[in-house]
Amino acid sequence: MVTKLKEVDAVVVGLGWTGGILSKELAEAGLKVVALERGPRRTTDKDYAVPNIRDELRYVIRHELMQNTARDTLTIRNNPTQEALPMRRLGSFLPGEGVGGSGVHWSGHTWRWTDMEFKVRSMYEERYGKNFIPADMTIQDWGITYAELEPYYDRFEYTAAISGKAGNIRGEIQPGGNPFEAPRARDYPLPPLTPILSSVMFTEAAKNNGYHPFPRPSANASRAYTNPDGAKFGACQYCGYCQRFGCEANAKGSPDVAVIPIAMRNPNFELRTHSWVTKVLKDSDGKRVTGVAYTNLLNGEEFEQPAGIVLLCAYAINNVHLMLLSGVGQPYDPAAQTGIIGKNYCYQTGAAATLFFEGRHFNPFISAGGSNASIDDFNINWNFDRGPHGYVGGFNIAGGFNTALPIGYRPVPRGTPQWGKAWKAATAKWYQTAMTINSSGTVMANRYNYYDLDPTYRNAFGQPLMRMTFDYKENEHKLSRHAAQVINDIAKSMNPTRLNEANARTGPWSVVPYQSTHNTGGTIMGTNPINSAVNKYLQSWDCHNLFTIGANVFAHNATYNPTGPVGALAYWTADAIKNRYLRNPGPMVPA
Amino acid sequence: MKDQGLGRRDFLKGAVVGGAAAATATTGINSPQSAQAQQPTAPPAAAPVAPGYEFLNLEEAAFVEALVDHMVPADELTPKGTDIGINVYIDRSLAGGWGKGDRLYMQGPWKLGVPSQGYQLPLTPAQLYRAGVEATNAHCRKAYGKPFDGLTEQQREEVLVALSTGKLSFENGPPASVFWTTLYQTVMQGMFSDPIHGGNRNKAGWRLIGFPGVVAVHRENVEKYRDKKFPATPLSIADMS
Repeated sequence: MVTKLKEVDAVVVGLGWTGGILSKELAEAGLKVVALERGPRRTTDKDYAVPNIRDELRYVIRHELMQNTARDTLTIRNNPTQEALPMRRLGSFLPGEGVGGSGVHWSGHTWRWTDMEFKVRSMYEERYGKNFIPADMTIQDWGITYAELEPYYDRFEYTAAISGKAGNIRGEIQPGGNPFEAPRARDYPLPPLTPILSSVMFTEAAKNNGYHPFPRPSANASRAYTNPDGAKFGACQYCGYCQRFGCEANAKGSPDVAVIPIAMRNPNFELRTHSWVTKVLKDSDGKRVTGVAYTNLLNGEEFEQPAGIVLLCAYAINNVHLMLLSGVGQPYDPAAQTGIIGKNYCYQTGAAATLFFEGRHFNPFISAGGSNASIDDFNINWNFDRGPHGYVGGFNIAGGFNTALPIGYRPVPRGTPQWGKAWKAATAKWYQTAMTINSSGTVMANRYNYYDLDPTYRNAFGQPLMRMTFDYKENEHKLSRHAAQVINDIAKSMNPTRLNEANARTGPWSVVPYQSTHNTGGTIMGTNPINSAVNKYLQSWDCHNLFTIGANVFAHNATYNPTGPVGALAYWTADAIKNRYLRNPGPMVPA
Repeated sequence: MKDQGLGRRDFLKGAVVGGAAAATATTGINSPQSAQAQQPTAPPAAAPVAPGYEFLNLEEAAFVEALVDHMVPADELTPKGTDIGINVYIDRSLAGGWGKGDRLYMQGPWKLGVPSQGYQLPLTPAQLYRAGVEATNAHCRKAYGKPFDGLTEQQREEVLVALSTGKLSFENGPPASVFWTTLYQTVMQGMFSDPIHGGNRNKAGWRLIGFPGVVAVHRENVEKYRDKKFPATPLSIADMS
């Protein structure tokens, strides 16, 4: 039996960064908001306290804060001719579960994506001609501009306690910052983190090679901070347990520090944890949604929650899954090239080298989530000519550490035995003497990288699993080869005692080793209902009172981590709903 | 080549662990090793209390003990695998939620797929371990006439090299490479995870590399120890609780 509840103004599905921002903003605007979160609510003093939080096995290896694949997962294949099989345990990416979502266990890298992404097709076509973009590369302009998002990036950076150094304030290049960044109205709210040795050495080497290194902007508070909403952050302790962990110091810019507590204090807001949304419910004419169906995981009871506005704010993959399960919009078909839901799934590529310096002490256990130095010379630098390299996109390169713990991080030169006395001796000898240089690279949309519903496998609710079809294409292979070459050139210029050179990523994408929790696309934003699932305000073209906010609206994936534009778009959408939609409910962009 | 690790293990079994001594008879460990049992490499006083096993049966216990002592032999850097509890870590992991398939999607149909699709066996980690130990021992008996724990150091090395390089395959069993991956990961976890999980006794794995363990704050250490050796006397969760 399904219990039908009293209608609310807005229901938020998933309470992480975007759900937290939308809940807070809409509750403050006077709407009655209910957030449904499938996981539990954890708190810093109870769940992230020292010493128990310092447990690599529990949090990194056993995925305590992550989605439970026994209950719901995806099926995976590299191309449409393969049979997709379930991702039976997590590996390549790690969606979070519980209040705060992946914003609890992220490292905090926060970037401003620029018009090089938002106008990707027009910029490349203008400079290199239409033929430069491969026929199967389904990239398109996003229908939004950097200038429109700039105030919202700013708002997110000040909300999430970003430490960094501006490189371009209103067109004036700032020494020590990223000279390639798009102009910003003001500096970051906090100064950069204190650099660790690997970051210092990379910075020097990058300069010697003619590049432009800068400290990575990151949501690790370099000193105690109070955000504009009154949320208080502690100072980062460089504890070395950042990625995959909750922060015991409240120094990480997490939604459960930055925005959710503010929403929780508002009587207009109600949180229901352990609430698993199975479907978005549509009106009989299919032009509106009426609410969501969910199950209380503590007792199995089923509910219908009617709502004036439905906001899908779950992890990017799960937002797309809910759209497909609910029959909102037409599913994408790569053969016929019809439909839109599931289209343009993208990921990231990269390469990495390990450098060994006898006699150095890198202390890899002393680091913040963002204590890296980076270069963007091959990323958002439009002066870098892609022509000779023949790819669309770019990569950044960074030196430093993030959560280098001993089960996962024990660098030894290639060729070292895997066990026995020689292995032990090498492990002891090299552990302190190594640093890494790595890159993150774009993955451009491709006709054959997409999501749909799996025909065979089901989740714990009897619903079809999401099926992910993905592989790196020649564009990514070229880019990864170039990234590996640049990394190796920088590494060699540093004269390491030993070097594990970076190799290009050219094999099939594997679901097994961790790569990045930056899964994008599936319900992309755009300029019309033919090329996109949502308009520039992240409003469904099909049902005007349905919004979805997350990296699932990205039309392709950039080099940069996605949370900067995810946070900015959440504030952008909140403003559009408050200032426009509520006054005149209906499509905010004519179809 | 002398197999000192094995001798030490057998000595312990005979001297301390009555039940395991019975196992040595049934699994066929014989005289070449028992001679070495008279020459333990460390004084018995340093021996840990026999752990007892929650999951491993006698044959599996003998396999795991031999495995961890071979992969982590005693030298001036660390005690051997059983002396730092890697066998205990493995047993407790297999007996616990992880071993029973916690967080593992276990619905069929079951197909092998391609390597990029990851783990696809209809086995929990504990079931995989059980099947893999049995199949490895079957291979050892066929090739050498004895189970893994009865082999010489050289023979054990051959078996592990064959497992780790994909040269060994199990007839009608799980893919040997998948078993090896799990085996290897659990040995490393037993050496480097917090001692609260049963391994890394006395933080021997952390001492090996100079990892400080559960440090609350490093804020002042970033500059203080930049390019300097950090004076790590490692702390565990239990030390701080």
